[in-house]
Amino acid sequence: MAKFSHAVLEKNVILLLIGTLITVSIGGLVEIVPLYTIKSTIEPVKGVRPYSPLELMGRNIYIREGCYSCHSQMVRPFRDENERYGHYSLAAESMYDHPFQWGSKRTGPDLARVGGKYSNAWHVQHLADPRSVEPGSVMPAYPWMLTRELKVKDIADHLRANRTVGVPYTDEMIAKAAADVAAQADPEGDHDLDGLRKRYPKAAIADFDGDPKRLTEMDALVAYLQILGRMVDFKKYKTKDLQQ
Amino acid sequence: MTVATGTVETAPERAATVDYNMDVVRQFTIATMFWGVAAFLVGVFIALQLAFPMLNLDLPWTTFGRLRPLHTSAAIFAFGGNALIATSLYVVQRTCRASLWGGPALASFLFWGYQFFIVLAGTGYVLGITQSKEYAEPEWYVDLWLTVIWVLYLVIYLGTIMRRKEPHIYVANWFYLAFIVTIAMLHVVNNLAVPVSWFGTKSYILWSGVQDALTQWWYGHNAVGFFLTAGFLGIMYYFIPKRANRPVYSYRLSIVHFWSLIFIYIWAGPHHLHYTALPDWAQSLGMMFSVMLWMPSWGGMINGLMTLSGAWDKLRTDPVLRFLVVAVGFYGMSTFEGPVMSIKPVNALSHYTDWTIGHVHSGALGWVAFISFGAVYFLVPKLWNRRELFSLRLVSYHFWIATLGIVLYITSMWISGIMQGLMWRAYNDLGFLQYSFVETVEAMHPYYVIRALGGILFLSGALIMVYNLYRTVKGNYADVAETAELVPAGAAAE
Repeated sequence: MAKFSHAVLEKNVILLLIGTLITVSIGGLVEIVPLYTIKSTIEPVKGVRPYSPLELMGRNIYIREGCYSCHSQMVRPFRDENERYGHYSLAAESMYDHPFQWGSKRTGPDLARVGGKYSNAWHVQHLADPRSVEPGSVMPAYPWMLTRELKVKDIADHLRANRTVGVPYTDEMIAKAAADVAAQADPEGDHDLDGLRKRYPKAAIADFDGDPKRLTEMDALVAYLQILGRMVDFKKYKTKDLQQ
Repeated sequence: MTVATGTVETAPERAATVDYNMDVVRQFTIATMFWGVAAFLVGVFIALQLAFPMLNLDLPWTTFGRLRPLHTSAAIFAFGGNALIATSLYVVQRTCRASLWGGPALASFLFWGYQFFIVLAGTGYVLGITQSKEYAEPEWYVDLWLTVIWVLYLVIYLGTIMRRKEPHIYVANWFYLAFIVTIAMLHVVNNLAVPVSWFGTKSYILWSGVQDALTQWWYGHNAVGFFLTAGFLGIMYYFIPKRANRPVYSYRLSIVHFWSLIFIYIWAGPHHLHYTALPDWAQSLGMMFSVMLWMPSWGGMINGLMTLSGAWDKLRTDPVLRFLVVAVGFYGMSTFEGPVMSIKPVNALSHYTDWTIGHVHSGALGWVAFISFGAVYFLVPKLWNRRELFSLRLVSYHFWIATLGIVLYITSMWISGIMQGLMWRAYNDLGFLQYSFVETVEAMHPYYVIRALGGILFLSGALIMVYNLYRTVKGNYADVAETAELVPAGAAAE
């Protein structure tokens, strides 16, 4: 075999290009593909379900406002984080998150388990005027969410798009999407609340923003925050059940 | 040896025979400075928002959450991207002794197409249109447009290399080429998404949860590795030898540097996900390769710095060369800090804190911006046929003001980051967490003010640069006296 000389690559740009492409492909393939093939990557826990339509809309607002810039949703397995935020996060808990919201910075606290920690009224007040409940906070205020109507006309399309990328929304969930949005934010109204609870167990059902006449962006965002971290019942599992 | 150096020494008389397209290089150079100032300005504003939250103005379009991607995208893709395209189109033509493939019209389309991408992405962020994937925030329709533009860029670049009149492809072009193709691969895979409707802006990413997280940081870390490193190493390999008038230190080291850097970088993404729900094996693999990455990084740094062998005295007299060389110094520093932070126990402290922000900015301001400034200072007199810049003294002022700005920035972020990390895990005598979260936020305030001050200095330096370049382009200045005063024996000029 003739001795390889690097000059060959320096004189043929197509060979250089192919060599480069092969070289930069290897690492990604070795690291990413096994995450799909090794089954234990996603822990076998019960309770993780697709977001209710209202939670999904709230999640989209969370994404739109760039909340992930300052809030992580990923509790690490350290003693202090366990005491501050709760059980460490599982891969299973974000298996229906397109895209993931683990974040990379905690200018504010982690939100992976914020659901149920504060009342709806606290969240509404805090989002509208953070420093009125937490004087040291540097969070932006979102008072305009209280008055902005939630756009839900295409809610079924959102569920369908999620189904296309792998979230197990059923035909029934898609058909009842608009009704479920209305029901979750209006418990006093004439809605099929039992159906909503069956489709989306543990969903917080309330008139979140305190204004029963209107369905606002605030309703959706608080509904989303209130489900975070509550889907898995950790009392049922020991640490070894959760190993990847 | 001769291979690496031969093409750099393009004699002016030979160059005259090729009809170089310098119009598009001029356009990209102007865009570099325009977006640079915009990126620094937004950066200063959001830094002040963290110190003084009322600056969020209670409006949807001005919150930190919406402006932060505007800042990062403007810095990386608008400032950095235009600098890379400007320099790469200059370098590829000069080192191949060929004009751009496709002619002026295609090059012009590339320019306006890329600026359109920037405007489309940026206005989207302010209006709340985002995928929320860091450094890949633009939605599906912007991604598609960028894909078209990027493929065009690759075709023009490859086509020009194929038309070359030099037998060898100069080393700077390897790095530019690796940057262009790898970014194409990362961009396409990371952004695969299903739109809700063909007429709406919203889409859902194909990947989810843990797989999406690793795909994102495979992309994110290599946006650093290939956009902000490989591409700018292309600048280093051309502009430092040119400005110092010395050949690249080692041809063999260039080869080892190139292949080891692009092979190892791709593996380092998982270090952004230490102690998360990403399986341990992937975290360990990412950490191992991140530590290994120190070697090719420093190999490249040594190759850049040692090019100054026998010409170190020029650093004293030529502030443009000083920008280029100090940039390589910052590159060495942040590529040492990076592997340290990728070690899991260190990362346990540094992750989620401002230490990461400081680390990014020692790379972004010290390496990326400084080497771009150096290259633009080098290019502008050449592109507009001036003998030298309007004022080398102003370049010197820019250098020191910007350096001071970086020092304030990174030291304040080191302190606030490490302090916050330690406060989060502090326990009192009774075994309770010592600080509530908001107490750690309040402790950050002085450092956020210092950081903003550093940013203001950096921005001021850039404004001095814009003035200097404007006067250079305008011409009609007595550059002889100015240069003679600062540069003894004509050491720096040409």
